[in-house]
Amino acid sequence: MMGLIWFWLVAIMLAVYVLLDGFDFGVGALYPFLAKTENERRMVLRSIGPVWDGNEVWLLAGGGTLFFAFPLLYASAFSGFYLPLMIVLWLLILRGIGLELRNHIENVVCKQLLSGIFALASTLLPVFYGAALGNVLRGVPLKANGYFFLPLWTNFRVGPNPGILDSYTILAGVVALVALSLHGALWLALKTHDPVESRARAAAQNLWWVLLVLTPASLAATLWVRPQGMQNYTAFPPAFVIPAAVGAGLFGVYYFNRMARPLAAFLSSCLYLFSMLAGAAYALYPSLLPSIVNPAEDLTISRSLSGTYALHVGLVWWTLGMVLAISYFSLVYWMFRGKVRADMY
Amino acid sequence: MDALLMHRLHFAFTVTFHYLFPMLTMGLALLIVILKTVALTGKDESYDRAARFWARIFAVNFVMGVVTGIPMEFQFGTNWAQFSEVSGGVIGQPLAMEGIFSFFLESAFLGLFLFGEKRLSRWAHWGAAFAVCAGSWISGYFIIVTDAWMQHPVTYRVLANGRYEVTSFWGLCLNPWALRQYAHNMCGSVVTASFVMAAVGAFYLLEKRHEEFGRIFVKVGVVAGVISTIAMVYPTGDLQGKYVAANQPAAMAAMEGLFKSENGAGIVLVGQPNEETQQIDNPIVVNNVLSFLIYGTMHAQVKGLDQFPRDQWPTTLPLLFYAYHIMAGLGTYFVLVMGLAAVQLWRRKLDVSRWILWPLLISFPLPYVANTAGWMTAEIGRQPWLIYGLMRTDQGYSKYVSSGNSLFTLLGFMGLYTLLSILFIVLVYHEISHGPENGNGADPRPAAH
Repeated sequence: MMGLIWFWLVAIMLAVYVLLDGFDFGVGALYPFLAKTENERRMVLRSIGPVWDGNEVWLLAGGGTLFFAFPLLYASAFSGFYLPLMIVLWLLILRGIGLELRNHIENVVCKQLLSGIFALASTLLPVFYGAALGNVLRGVPLKANGYFFLPLWTNFRVGPNPGILDSYTILAGVVALVALSLHGALWLALKTHDPVESRARAAAQNLWWVLLVLTPASLAATLWVRPQGMQNYTAFPPAFVIPAAVGAGLFGVYYFNRMARPLAAFLSSCLYLFSMLAGAAYALYPSLLPSIVNPAEDLTISRSLSGTYALHVGLVWWTLGMVLAISYFSLVYWMFRGKVRADMY
Repeated sequence: MDALLMHRLHFAFTVTFHYLFPMLTMGLALLIVILKTVALTGKDESYDRAARFWARIFAVNFVMGVVTGIPMEFQFGTNWAQFSEVSGGVIGQPLAMEGIFSFFLESAFLGLFLFGEKRLSRWAHWGAAFAVCAGSWISGYFIIVTDAWMQHPVTYRVLANGRYEVTSFWGLCLNPWALRQYAHNMCGSVVTASFVMAAVGAFYLLEKRHEEFGRIFVKVGVVAGVISTIAMVYPTGDLQGKYVAANQPAAMAAMEGLFKSENGAGIVLVGQPNEETQQIDNPIVVNNVLSFLIYGTMHAQVKGLDQFPRDQWPTTLPLLFYAYHIMAGLGTYFVLVMGLAAVQLWRRKLDVSRWILWPLLISFPLPYVANTAGWMTAEIGRQPWLIYGLMRTDQGYSKYVSSGNSLFTLLGFMGLYTLLSILFIVLVYHEISHGPENGNGADPRPAAH
C-alpha cells in the first residue's frame, strides 16, 4: 500500500516538474525564432524569469523524494545512466547561467553568446528527458543485484545490447522536444504581447500538426518495444481514460489556440503532457525499471521500497510540505499573473 | 586507476566548489534582512539602496549556488550508489525535506524579492527577503542533518536486506551532532558574509568613492563580524570540538596530531605529522592546553592514535592535521581583525583608519579558506568511515561506474566550474565597480539593459 502511494507521489512530482519546467524549456528552445529585437528577447525571458528556478525545484524535490522512497531505484538508475545524467547536469548548469547572467552583462556579443547557450541547452534537455523516459519504458540490462551500466549508444537498435540512444529512445526524445516546444509556445501566447504573441500562436499551430503525427507513432513504438505495457490497461479497462485524456488534451490545444484562448490552450497542453506521463507510469506499474534480460528481475516497487516507518512519517511531512509549496507557487504565479508588463522588462 | 579515489575526488571537488556560494548566500541573506530592517525603521533611504546593491550580488551568487547544487542532489546516486541504496531510508528523508521545505520557499520568494519590489509594499518586500533568508538557512539545516547522520548515526535499524531504516523522525532531525555542527557552520557563513560586506565597504572608503555606502557596509560587516567570529570560536566551536572528542576520538587525535595518549596533553600550534615515525616534526607545543580544551582540566588523559587499530585511523592524516590547524588558526585571526575593527568603529574612527581598513579588504578570501578547511576536517576526520562505525568508504561507491568514467566527468566539472568562476568574478567585480549609487530603480537588475 505504501509502495503504491509513494509510486504515485513520486510520479506526480516528476510530472509536475515536466509541466512547469517544460514550458520554460520550450520557451528557451523557441526563443531564437520568436524574439527578434532586444526588447522582444527581454519580454520573452521576463515571462519565465521569476518562475523558472522554482519550476526546477520540482526536479530536486522529486529526485530527493525518489531517493527517500525508492533508494535502490535511485542508486541503480542514477549510476546506470551515469553519462547521460552528467550531460543533463552540465546542460542544466549552462542553461541557468545563460538565462540568469544575461541580465548582468552589457556587452552585446556576450549577451548573444549567453542567449545561444540558453537556447541550445533548452533544446537538448527535453531530448535527453524524453530519451530517459524511453530507456525506462524499454528496460535496461539489469544484473541480478539490480544494477547496470549503459553506454551512450551501441548500434541504435532496440535489442539485447542497447545503448541510451537507440531508434526508440531517440523517437521519445523528439516527441518530448516537440511537445515541450508546443507547451512553451502556448505559454508565450499567454504571457507576451504582439508581435511575439502572434508568432507564438502560429508556431504552436505548426508544432501541433507535428505532434499529431508523433503522438500515435510514439504510442505504437512503445507497444512494439514493450508489448506487456497493455496488460495493466486490459486488466482494468477504466484506465483507458488516460489515453482518452491524451487525445482530449491534444484537441483542446488545437481548438483553444485557434479560438485565441491561450489559457485554455495552455491548460490543455498540461492535460496532454500529464496524461502521457501518467499513461507511461500506469503501463510500467508495478515495475519501476524493467529488465530486458529477465522480467523476474525488474526493479519493482516492493524491491526498491524504503522502510515502513519512514514512509508513514513521510506522508505527514510530505503533505504539509506540498500544501506550503502549492501556496507559494499560487502566490508567485498570481503576483506575476497576466501579460508581462512593459515596465517590467 | 583507483575507482574509489576518483569517486572521492569527484564528490569532494564538486561539493567544495558548490559550498563556496551557499556559504555567502546564507550569511548575506541575513545581512540583507538586517539592512532592510534598518531601512524600514529609519527614514534613511541609503539603507534601501544598500540592500538593492547587495541583492544584485546576492542574485549572481545565488544562481551559482543553484546550478552547482543541482549535481549534488544526484551525485549520491551516480557516484555513491551502494551507499545510497543502504542509507536512502535514513538520509533520503532530510534530502527530500530540503527540496520540499527549503528550495520551494527560497525559489518562490527569490523571484518576488528580485523582481517584485515595485509590486509589493515595503513590508511585503521585507517579508520576501526574510523568506529567502529562512529558506536558505533551512536548507543548510537539512544538509547538516544528512552529514550528521554519516558522522554520528543515530536512531536507525538494519533491515533484513542490509539497508538502514530511520526509527525516529525527531531523533534524526535533532541529532545532537547536527545541532552543534549547524551552529558552528552558520557562524562560519555569517563570518564569510561579514568579511565580504566589510571588504567592499573598505574598498569604497580606501578608494574614496561611494563613501556613504562604504561606511554602512563596514559598520554592518564589522558589527555582524565581531559577533559571529566570537560565536564561531565560543561556544559553537568549543561545543563541536568536545563532541568530536567524545564520539570520534580517533579523528580528534589525528586532528591534533596526538600519536600517543598523554596525561595533560599539550596542543600543537604548528608542526608536521610524520606518519612513519609517528610523531610531529618540528612542533611548537603549549603544554596541557589540549587536555584543558577538551576536558576542562589541565591533567586529563587525552587518547592518542595508539589507542586505535591502524585500520581505523583517518586516512590522509597530514591533510586532516593541516586542514584543522588552518581552520583554527584563521578563526583566531578573524576574532583579532574584527575585534580591532570593532574598537575603531566604537571610537568612530573606523572609516579613516587605513591600518585596519586594509586588513578588512584583503581578508575576505580567508573565511572561504577557513570554512573549506573546516569541512575538510569534518569529512576527512570521518574516514575511513562513510557512515561512522557502520560502513567504510570503500564499500559505498558505484561499482559499475569505472574510474575512467568518473575521471572524465570530474574533468568536465573542473572545466565547467573554471568557466563559472571567471564569469562570477567578472560579474561581481562589475557590480562592485558599478556601485550602489546608480541602483536607483526599485528593480535590483540594471534597468538600462
